[in-house]
Formats: sequence, C-alpha cells, structure tokens
Amino acid sequence: MSDVIHLEFDVAGNNFVSAGTATNQVKDTLRNLGIPNQDVRRIAIAMYEAEINMVIHACGGKATADIYADKIEVVLEDHGKGIENIELAMQPGWSTASEDIRGLGFGAGMGLPNIKKYTDEFKIESEVGKGTKVYLRVNFS
Amino acid sequence: MKIKDIVRILNAEILFADEKMLETEVNSACASDMMSDVLAFVKDQAVLITGLCNPQVVRTAVMMDMVCIVLVRGKQPDEIMLKLASEKRIAMLSSPLRMFGACGLLYEAGLKPEG
Repeated sequence: MSDVIHLEFDVAGNNFVSAGTATNQVKDTLRNLGIPNQDVRRIAIAMYEAEINMVIHACGGKATADIYADKIEVVLEDHGKGIENIELAMQPGWSTASEDIRGLGFGAGMGLPNIKKYTDEFKIESEVGKGTKVYLRVNFS
Repeated sequence: MKIKDIVRILNAEILFADEKMLETEVNSACASDMMSDVLAFVKDQAVLITGLCNPQVVRTAVMMDMVCIVLVRGKQPDEIMLKLASEKRIAMLSSPLRMFGACGLLYEAGLKPEG
C-alpha cells in the first residue's frame, strides 16, 4: 500500500438515522486493507463521536479521511455554531446537549474525552458562529 | 458463555441471529443507555445490554466490534436497526427483564465486565 487513499463524505445534519455512515465506510475500508483491529477500532470510535457531534450540534458538514501506510488522518469540518469554551467541552461529563439528544443516547459529555483517549493526535479549532474543525490521527501498530 | 446461553438466561427473543452466531463466545459485557459510555469501553467479543432502542445502538456496537445486543424491557428494534444488525452480523435479542435483573443474571452465570 504505497498510495494514499483519500475518502470524502458529506455528513447530513439532523439526520440521526444516517449518522455514522461515513465512519462505517472508513472502518470497512481499513478492515479490507488488513489494518490491525485495535487500530481500526480506535479511529472508528473517535471518528464516530466526531461525526455524531457534527450531526447533533452543527447541522452536518464534511469529513475527509486520508489513509497512509502507517497512519490515518481524519478531518471533520462544519459551519455550525462553534464551541464557546473548548477547555470546558473537553471535561468528561460536560455537555450542552438537549434532553432530546440525551434521550437518543448521546450528550453524556464523553464525546471529546473519548476522541482524545483513542487518538494519537487530536486537534480542535472552533469559532463561535463560524464552525468547528476537528483533526484526528491514529498511527497503525 | 455463548450467545445461546444469553438467550436462555435472559429468556430472550431472538430477533436476528443464525445458528453459527448463537455459538459465538461472549467474553465481557457493557450495560448502558448512553452510547458514549459504551464507546469508552473496549473489550473483544462483548455483548451490549441497553434500554435504548434506535439505530445508533447498532452503529455503536459495530464501531466496538460487539457480537450481540440485548434490548431490555422487551423493546423491539425497528427495520432499520434489524437491517444494520444483519448486515454487520450482530446478534439482536430482546429480553423482558429490566436492565438490573438482566445484568445480575448474566454476572451470576459467570459473565464479567473485564472478560
């Protein structure tokens, strides 16, 4: 595997049923490439949390995945309302999700902590009223 | 413990699972209605026990490579959930028990959180 595999996805906002399809395609692609299970799972969990965030908080956006021989890089970018205080958002249990979202099983305030836990690099840039960009990297073992 | 043992212990209805899947070994379990709590848990060959009933339950199980989902309190999955589960070959069960009772019986039967 010498070439970079580039994947692009439009993530539909407020479509809770389809949320996770982009991550699923990335996961299947990595699995087919023979990437070790634990690495596939790490990026799948991190990207899925980020994809869910984009659906429930930001009306959707774009996701790209670049798969190299030794790592995967995923970027998720939205033009949603942005995050006021990233430091606060990173705290386990802190959440701005509505009761409706909690009723769907998300918004426990574990999304960003989970992403940090499972990735080798996690960067987040956000501007209130403009949107949020998330970068994830997982190295293959 | 095998998936067929879970069916027996929890008096569960099999909503999706073939013979081969019923023979699949389950090493650990995670019980929660919050999917991010489930996503913080990584174990191989695990079963997800939940009172939540929507497509993201199945997606979460897929991301975690889980082998079985047990819906408690007799909840019934919709067609989207069943289609996802069958595509990804995750056993889908529904038990009339409540969460605490279901967890207690499985624990007593030897299924431990750490596998």
